[in-house]
Amino acid sequence: MLNQFFHDPLSLGVAQAIVATVMALVVMLIAHFARIHLEREILIALARAFVQVLAVGSVLLLIFEGPVVVGFLILGLMMLLAAQTASRRAQGMPQAFRVSLTGIVLGAGPVIVLMAWMGVIDTKLTVLIPVGSMIVANSMTTTSLALDRFRGEISSHVGHIDAALALGATPKAAVAPYTRAAVRASLIPRIDSLSSLGIVWIPGVMTGMLLAGSQPIDAALYQFVVMAMIFTVSGLASLISASLMSARVFSPAEQLVLRTGKGKR
Amino acid sequence: MPEITESRPQTDAPPVLETRHLRREVGGAVLVDDVTITVTQGEVVTIVGPSGAGKSSLLRLLNRLDEPSSGEIFLDGQDYRSIPPQALRRRAGMLMQLAYLFPGTVNDNIRFGPRQQGKDLTAAEIEDLLARVGLSNFGGRDVAKLSGGEAQRVALARTLANDPELLLLDEPTSALDESAKAEVETLLVEIMHERGLTCLWVTHDLAQAERMATRIMLMEKGKIVHTDLSKEEIHAQSVLS
Repeated sequence: MLNQFFHDPLSLGVAQAIVATVMALVVMLIAHFARIHLEREILIALARAFVQVLAVGSVLLLIFEGPVVVGFLILGLMMLLAAQTASRRAQGMPQAFRVSLTGIVLGAGPVIVLMAWMGVIDTKLTVLIPVGSMIVANSMTTTSLALDRFRGEISSHVGHIDAALALGATPKAAVAPYTRAAVRASLIPRIDSLSSLGIVWIPGVMTGMLLAGSQPIDAALYQFVVMAMIFTVSGLASLISASLMSARVFSPAEQLVLRTGKGKR
Repeated sequence: MPEITESRPQTDAPPVLETRHLRREVGGAVLVDDVTITVTQGEVVTIVGPSGAGKSSLLRLLNRLDEPSSGEIFLDGQDYRSIPPQALRRRAGMLMQLAYLFPGTVNDNIRFGPRQQGKDLTAAEIEDLLARVGLSNFGGRDVAKLSGGEAQRVALARTLANDPELLLLDEPTSALDESAKAEVETLLVEIMHERGLTCLWVTHDLAQAERMATRIMLMEKGKIVHTDLSKEEIHAQSVLS
């Protein structure tokens, strides 16, 4: 309908963005009447998302013809910002930024490089940056979930961890069940996405390729590749970040120092 | 206010545990303040005092679950900082207010401590430990289905599986009902005597302290204000108000 009123792509895009924003604001209002007060967070998130995605669009416009190294530099920058976002969810945990960054870089980095080297991801910046960013974003989400869940598990099991330490367990053994629970919980959305792929949802890459006129089978295969990559990266990022954090919640004398809930001393 | 007395060994037996000017401070709050005590081989020392006196905080320092801000601890004359934390915690076994059993079976819990040293208890060894705490044939049971008293007995057997020389008891019966409390208490006394264990038992229950102890210490506001409180002194002062 909008394309009857707006004929150039830019005006149409702005009109679509306004409609989408209005819909989000309606949800915010409904939440407000249900006394779920997320107004500030939603408004900031919408404004940030709008400015950020436009900024990226403008940067991509400028660099799409640049050398491949520019793509990797941009992905590196995205990893830094992703680590900062993930570490905000892990507030109060020791060295949260460093742990998040290590998880994201060691999770996403090798997979992006390997896939680019094998030709699975085209090194043209028009492909490398959007696909790479999807991978980085997913590793960020998984890292956030893993660290947040790990903190929750520790907080609920302070007594059990102390009991294990008091029985002569190493810190790693004392928190092993909670590290595993954090990794498992962080990967549930990825596993659900994989198992419902094509049945419950047709994600962005495939949609984009179909809109751009690709053959459905080609689009489907490529989407599977992307989803499998995302799972690999998420698994690596989650395992690395939870494992690194599990060593950091203890003092050199093997005492639990992260006491956020019951049992805090 | 009771008179502050100096720590002294009660017998000629060598000290198993010594602390010197032990202090723990967290965020400006002093939990343990200048605690200097000596506990000798075979003694059962109870530490009494009001809630928040720092009794549990002191116990946690002794097997290094927490770090002192200053002061020293010696186990069998050895500076405890020179003992690897895992070895220290096996030697100074701890039983807490709650059992904190790990999910799984009773057997899994009993095996836990020795397994940390790479030792696997035999079925007979596990059954011996369970029999000693009155839980013969409980090995295959799911810990989620145990009563409070049974769970605390399993926790005791789990601690004993490490063969500790010193037992730190942090109000181990306070979360139990009266009948389970009496059973666990009796069991602990029997085992302490059988094994000649040296014990430090934190309680706010004066009657229990009198029943159990060879010596009673009084702790108030982080300080040990009496290292050998007589029964008469306990009754004379409402120390736990």
